[in-house]
Amino acid sequence: MINKIWFFFIIVGSLFCLFTNNIELLNKEILNSAKSSLEMITKIFPVIALWLGLMNIATKSGLLKKLSHLLSPVLYKLFPEIPKNHESIDFIATNVISNMFGLGSAATPSGLKAMKSLQTLNKKKDTASRSMITFLVLNTSGVTLISTTIISLRIMHNSKNPTEIVFACILATFLSTLSGLIMDRLLSRKNKI
Amino acid sequence: MINMISNLALPIIVITIVTYGVYKKIDVYDVFIEGAKESFDMIFTMFPCLLGMIFAVNIFISSGILNYAYIFLEPLLNFLKIPAQIIPMIIMRPISGSSSLVILNNIFQNYGPDSLIGKMASVIQGSTDTTFYILTLYFGSIKIKKIRYSLIAGLFADLIGITSAIIIVNYLFG
Repeated sequence: MINKIWFFFIIVGSLFCLFTNNIELLNKEILNSAKSSLEMITKIFPVIALWLGLMNIATKSGLLKKLSHLLSPVLYKLFPEIPKNHESIDFIATNVISNMFGLGSAATPSGLKAMKSLQTLNKKKDTASRSMITFLVLNTSGVTLISTTIISLRIMHNSKNPTEIVFACILATFLSTLSGLIMDRLLSRKNKI
Repeated sequence: MINMISNLALPIIVITIVTYGVYKKIDVYDVFIEGAKESFDMIFTMFPCLLGMIFAVNIFISSGILNYAYIFLEPLLNFLKIPAQIIPMIIMRPISGSSSLVILNNIFQNYGPDSLIGKMASVIQGSTDTTFYILTLYFGSIKIKKIRYSLIAGLFADLIGITSAIIIVNYLFG
């Protein structure tokens, strides 16, 4: 899918430039993209480094683990099919906590482990189970408390108050997760296998 | 009050993490440095994606083709208090994380991060995730073919996230 979109952007954009006689602009944009991407990566790099440093302390000291344990009782309510003390709850908890602290890519390994472990409970191996779907809704609705990438991008564009958006983010994230879970429950009742 | 919550969130997290680390007798500074080093790997994997997306997105957006689309959409968007400049971001957000990040960067460049559009784009980026990418990656990893209603539920959550982001930002900062 992403391959088609990429192609679509380039071809439609280029043809439109040619069509409207904007060839100079097109040339400029093609060459500028290299420069812009370096600029952007240098903008977000330092804050990501800072955050990963802090998060390493949180991981090594066991703080994340502790937070995951606090989350488990809630998760058992959301995932009634998972038996008590099954490993998948731990992976799901770790994944949700990492996402909360804006560790997007660091959350992926625990997410994949959670899926693998949910697959062992799955009866039809080529079909998504209800728990898997609930987990992915939780994951894609983006439970984020602090989005470091956005804050760092705001800092680098000289925002007067880079963290001003944090409360709004938390509220919007909460609403989207909640509605995602409600939708998930409604659809799972309608689509029983 | 809301401003205070926003501004205190980061300091509280930092203080908690560092204090808990010392309490658990961790060499906080060394562990911090070790973690910060991991950012190099992350940046190296991120860079090609960003480059590719900046290349395509910038050609598309600067071609001006969207300005024509806006002419038709404007009355509806004005009525809903949605700035037209935010539309590409709304469309791309569930599909590709790096391309919506590129659009966010462009919005900051053109309107500033403290403008209403800038704040709205920040909250949209912060409160949703790349549903298509995550579904492909996660289901692909365990060879699930029938994904049932997961895409609908995921996109519904995105829709509510984006809608509430727009309403909340208009209400708090508008």
